[in-house]
Amino acid sequence: MASTLEPKDVDRIATLARLTLTPDERLQFARQLNDVLRFVEQIRQVDTTGIAATSHPLAADAAWREDVPHTSLPNADALANAPDANREAGLFRVLKVIG
Amino acid sequence: MSGRIRAGVETALARIAATQPALQAFQHVAADRALARADALDRADAPEGPLHGLPLALKDNIVARGIPTTAGSKILEGYQAPYDAAVVERLEAAGAVIVGTTRCDEFAMGSSTDNCAYGPAHNPWDLTRTPGGSSGGSAAAVAASLVPIALGSDTGGSIRQPASLCGVVGVKPTYGRVSRYGLMAFASSLDQIGPLTRTTREAAAVLEVISGHDARDSTSAQQPVPAFVAALTGDVRNVRIGVPRHLITNDVDEDVRAAFEAALAVAQSLGAEVRDVELPNADRGIAVYYLIATAEASANLARYDGVRYGHRAAGATSLPDLYERSRHDGFGAEVKRRIMLGTYVLSAGYYDAYYLKAQQVRTLIARDFARAFETVDVVALPTSPCAAFRLGERVDNPLQMYLADVYTVGANLAGLPGISVPCGFTTEGLPIGLQFIARPWDEATMLRTADAYEQATAWGERVPVAMAK
Repeated sequence: MASTLEPKDVDRIATLARLTLTPDERLQFARQLNDVLRFVEQIRQVDTTGIAATSHPLAADAAWREDVPHTSLPNADALANAPDANREAGLFRVLKVIG
Repeated sequence: MSGRIRAGVETALARIAATQPALQAFQHVAADRALARADALDRADAPEGPLHGLPLALKDNIVARGIPTTAGSKILEGYQAPYDAAVVERLEAAGAVIVGTTRCDEFAMGSSTDNCAYGPAHNPWDLTRTPGGSSGGSAAAVAASLVPIALGSDTGGSIRQPASLCGVVGVKPTYGRVSRYGLMAFASSLDQIGPLTRTTREAAAVLEVISGHDARDSTSAQQPVPAFVAALTGDVRNVRIGVPRHLITNDVDEDVRAAFEAALAVAQSLGAEVRDVELPNADRGIAVYYLIATAEASANLARYDGVRYGHRAAGATSLPDLYERSRHDGFGAEVKRRIMLGTYVLSAGYYDAYYLKAQQVRTLIARDFARAFETVDVVALPTSPCAAFRLGERVDNPLQMYLADVYTVGANLAGLPGISVPCGFTTEGLPIGLQFIARPWDEATMLRTADAYEQATAWGERVPVAMAK
């Protein structure tokens, strides 16, 4: 299923990725992403019947730790880089979300 | 005794300032912080750590309190992390003095530093050329003798390739060897921090300091840290070097191929055994890498939304609009391309065909290495199929840029340690790198082999003439 991305597909992906694109980017990305997709098509030739997927290298053992409370980042530090915050209340500020 | 370390740090700062206009190796110079730290070390009566007083640069995607970190992106302009990366804690405890951060491709996505939003770093061997990437500023800084040590991060070759292109040593440790706490995430199953230095011995010393378990990184391994420096015996008579010759195709530059063959002959003359190995799926590495790395990146970079840190666009009319505008303004073209590709391969209807399939081929690539390591101790390859190319040359052709990673992505996909050491120069006088890849956790054999090779040659002793003043 060699897929070719049309500019409208690029728009759909951009929406999923929360990106807005300029008209130029839209056309350029369609071309460049198609180049890359054509290149990666080659992996379809590899027989992977019954082969497990690797999501992580060397991840044989899960990382367990004791459930002990510890100090986390102080509120003021967490807010220090916020573009907009109510520092007294300790809150990030965003545009109105609900009605 | 008073002021000795300060004097060393002042010398480094002066060299950085003098070379910065032409070289652009640094993103931020933390002079006051470095001098305060130097003074504290000069005053201290405490025992000296293994990196006592050594000036050190961080790639601009590793955080330290009080130093701005941008990851080469406009979206993080002005960001100052409220905490230290695990490697920063360890390096400072060992006596190192952080002098600043180095230029890199935006979010470490690139092989040239062309993708840095603040402009590229330049190669000290030829200022019109790339230092490689994404840790290009780190490699340039070490090659130009601005600092003896710089840290980089390596997701698909981003330490080893710039080391190769700048004629220095670069080490990507085994996945899980070094804590990623405080490294800005690009592709979490591939990223690993490592050192760039002038010699393998220095790299081994730094690796010894930054290695070891850290509970704050859940992929950090519970593995003992060997004495890497003590392992450098110079003796490689029992080392079996595997060469996947089927991968050294006509796409490799003639000078690189010749230097690689000459390096194998040197290793053989030192008593190492050189034999052929097969890595049947390795030539699929680039395709697998660019599917997995972009998928992971698309998830990791979702956090840059203009809410908690970084750039927030003005004039948004809703929260989703705020996200989109902030990301539109803040991210550069390559980052957008990779987020788009990663989003696509994870999206409904394409996941199995692209992402899952890539993960399965990843298994086969890792198995190929495991099989090779049944008969050899290290695998040797060129680090890069070509020497430093010109800045800007590949910007319009992302796929061509991706192909530069052909020999390095395998170690990341399989989680293996890799090193690049200088092994010669092209007819144009540009450095060439030799790569060794080893079994998981066996950096010691890899470093011993690289060090013995380095001792028998003198490639790393050359310094770029333009920077020698």
